Amino acid sequence: MWPDDRVVRFVEENFLPARVHVKEDAELFQRYGERYKAAWTPTILLLDADGVEHHRIEGFLPADDFLAQLMLGRARLAFDQQQWADAERRFKEVVERFPDSDAAAEALYWAGVAPYKATGDPASLKATGQAFKRRYRDTPWAKKASVWA
Amino acid sequence: MPINFRHDVDQALKDAKTQHKPLLLDFSAAPM
Repeated sequence: MWPDDRVVRFVEENFLPARVHVKEDAELFQRYGERYKAAWTPTILLLDADGVEHHRIEGFLPADDFLAQLMLGRARLAFDQQQWADAERRFKEVVERFPDSDAAAEALYWAGVAPYKATGDPASLKATGQAFKRRYRDTPWAKKASVWA
Repeated sequence: MPINFRHDVDQALKDAKTQHKPLLLDFSAAPM
């Protein structure tokens, strides 16, 4: 996951990276592990500047899937901060760059929600519901979007 | 090209607030 240059670049550009090692930083691991309920490694949390968790990645992932998850989490941070246009752009980027990743269907769903949150116009929800009839049909996200089509 | 992870999480959280930048917190057991 970490040695991949694309991952390194994305992390450096988007986050302040910090690491707690289960053995080398045992006291910190106990404190922050309890605070964030991190009971397994690797666990990667994406936190806002106030330390509030917005996305969690548990377990090893191949580089493409890991990068897709990091991008999804960064999009989720923008969404939670009501930065609708930025969130939509970031969610769409996950689908475009990593269409075969597990993150893609979730990103497609939220890419439809973000413009609706910005405008109140349900057109993006309807379009997303229709898109799920063509792609990612066997995912939970397609079920959730089925009400929009 | 390795990631320059910080190990002082308390300071990293303070810096995140100052810089208005999200924090990536990695709980790891990987060999150091």
